[in-house]
Amino acid sequence: MRVALFVTCVNDTLYPRTGQAVVSLLRRLGVEVEFPQAQSCCGQPQFNTGYRWETEPLVRRFAAAFEGFDHIVTPSGSCAAMVRDNYPRIGAKAAAEGRGEELARAADAVVPRTLELSEFLVDVLGVTDVGAYYPHRVTYHPTCHGLRMLGLGDRPRRLLEAVAGLDLVELPGAEECCGFGGTFAVKNAAVSAAMGADKARHVEGTGAGAVCTVDNSCLMHIGGTLSRLGSRVRPVHLAEILASTREEQW
Amino acid sequence: MSGTYLGMPAFPVAAATATADGRLRANLTHATRTIRGKRAAAVAELPDWAALRAAGAAVKDRTLRHLDTYLTQAEEAVTAAGGTVHWAADAREANRIVTRLVRETGEREVVKVKSMATQEIGLNAALAGAGIRAYETDLAELIVQLGDDLPSHILVPAIHRNRGEIRDIFAERMADWGRPAPEGLSDRPAELAEAARLHLREKFLTAKVGISGANFLVAETGTLVVVESEGNGRMCLTLPETLISVVGIEKVVPTWRDLEVYLQLLPRSSTAERMNPYTSMWTGPGESDGPRAFHLVLLDNGRTDTLADTVGRQALRCIRCSACLNVCPVYERAGGHAYGSAYPGPIGAILTPQLRGTASEVDASLPYASSLCGACYEVCPVAIDIPEVLVHLRERVVQGGPASVGGQRVRLKPARGHAAERAAMRAARWALDRPGVLRAGQRLAARTRRLHPDRLPGPGRAWTDTRAVPEVPAESFRDWWQRTGGGREAGA
Ligand code: SF4
Repeated sequence: MRVALFVTCVNDTLYPRTGQAVVSLLRRLGVEVEFPQAQSCCGQPQFNTGYRWETEPLVRRFAAAFEGFDHIVTPSGSCAAMVRDNYPRIGAKAAAEGRGEELARAADAVVPRTLELSEFLVDVLGVTDVGAYYPHRVTYHPTCHGLRMLGLGDRPRRLLEAVAGLDLVELPGAEECCGFGGTFAVKNAAVSAAMGADKARHVEGTGAGAVCTVDNSCLMHIGGTLSRLGSRVRPVHLAEILASTREEQW
Repeated sequence: MSGTYLGMPAFPVAAATATADGRLRANLTHATRTIRGKRAAAVAELPDWAALRAAGAAVKDRTLRHLDTYLTQAEEAVTAAGGTVHWAADAREANRIVTRLVRETGEREVVKVKSMATQEIGLNAALAGAGIRAYETDLAELIVQLGDDLPSHILVPAIHRNRGEIRDIFAERMADWGRPAPEGLSDRPAELAEAARLHLREKFLTAKVGISGANFLVAETGTLVVVESEGNGRMCLTLPETLISVVGIEKVVPTWRDLEVYLQLLPRSSTAERMNPYTSMWTGPGESDGPRAFHLVLLDNGRTDTLADTVGRQALRCIRCSACLNVCPVYERAGGHAYGSAYPGPIGAILTPQLRGTASEVDASLPYASSLCGACYEVCPVAIDIPEVLVHLRERVVQGGPASVGGQRVRLKPARGHAAERAAMRAARWALDRPGVLRAGQRLAARTRRLHPDRLPGPGRAWTDTRAVPEVPAESFRDWWQRTGGGREAGA
């Protein structure tokens, strides 16, 4: 089984710790993960803002970079959803616009192999107890793309519940969008901020020490809002909790 | 508010104002959360909801594919039943037809039952221009009309008002439109409803002309259907001598069997009821009961153009249940007026830019009025993939492309004002397509990380006004992987 890590451009640049956590976690579970250097960005910001043509080279790059791998694992629900939901659309539209079938074929080839981390752990490796230790009170925000586009269901929760020492507390209004939405946060800053403030208030109200998601973009928005509000709740990615052990805390 | 959506500012500007309005936010949050919970419970009662939803989507899709056939069938059936069918290509034509029909009756007043189509075309203003006064009879529409306001929700047009505000509007304005509000009116719902009932009853009993919309038009018999909660609509449909129904061409369903699907989907999605309290159906003018003359105005107004778009056409499946508004976090904060049309919320964000085009600033901003969270798609009883259409329309705004305008295939140019963004997207794509360049950028950012300000200038300001920027790490993942051999060497 050859497994590749798609770390995503956001994690690569701003949250390398999350990528390192995935590597450490998978290695602990006996999976050697490779990191194809040719990877960059899934094209989500371009595509979701309406620049589909600008996305095409990135789809091509993604398909080429991850050719030959059995699984492409990513610690980002929204990037996995971008590949799985939108790559086929981009390929089909390119074909319909007369640019041949090549992009559609490339896009379709990566779709079934691209998995968000919790899917890989639960569905492919068949584990929910990854042997992690994280002695903190944590609340979990299911991100919109993970929840609705990928249909992660309770996979992340089951993983968290199996973590030794972890006290999982309910987040009120959990399924409501945090207000990030990529360029939405800039284009509709007022509404985005209002949504973020409500989310942050709910997180604060749980009394948790950390808020966890499967996506650092949402976490950047929630964490940034919490920090401006003077809160001490820490944003933490699922991978970093799962990578934590009694010997090493992430 | 001034009774028209024309000339409203772009969504982000209008939404920012609304977001800052604490009372509006409180009214909306309370109302949408209550209905949201009830809808979920009503839907959960049906074990076959997923199958019903798929059927609802499939029937509409099939109907839309053969729309010309079903419309012709409906026209024949309505005519055979003694009604008259009029075709209106756009708002202006529809308004002209209705105005002429009212004039021909010699009347100067009409009663109306809530109709989104007439709101869409601005019928009340057109009638007023011809010296004809239109009285809204749906309770919420009445509140909107008396308040010189605009509807802000599909089902509950006055959702942005609370009881106290409604009391004030009734007390101050009812006298200008007919029977005044009773002395000492309080804000108790029962008292408010009674005041409206007395005020409206006078209108029903004197009106000779009624104007309605319709939820459905059954092609096989030419039957129109209105579902409602209050019964005021039924009065409008039965008491006047002349009934004029203005109906969008996408409202047709082929048969009564098809109708059955929607009579299950609609009430549970909209009011969380198992069945609508009033379901009125009429087929042409009646002999002994109801109006003596019946006119059906079939409205296109951009629908054929929408139908020509293979991705966007799914918006025409909409049965106006308003479930998508009630779950939308953006609608909840921005309010309905920010959408600048009769169709607010997620459905408005995809329908309006298709019906009106994306040329104006507000229409071009609507596809961006969403965080793409997908909650609207999840609740939509006819499975309209609203996020998919939003992104598709964003593409039309920034990238241009083929579209149908007034029945002609055209190639739209990108909307103005996106040059800087386009350049930034191109530059980003260029760098992202070259990992070497990406890495150089990351290293530069890492090296200058101590210099990064806490608050950013330019477009970044919007971010840092309310959120802290993340700190740039000393080393990117890429560099770490290379330096440590994937974490296996020292320094990992
Ligand atoms: S788009 Fe769907 S959810 Fe929204 S009003 Fe129409 S039918 Fe209802």
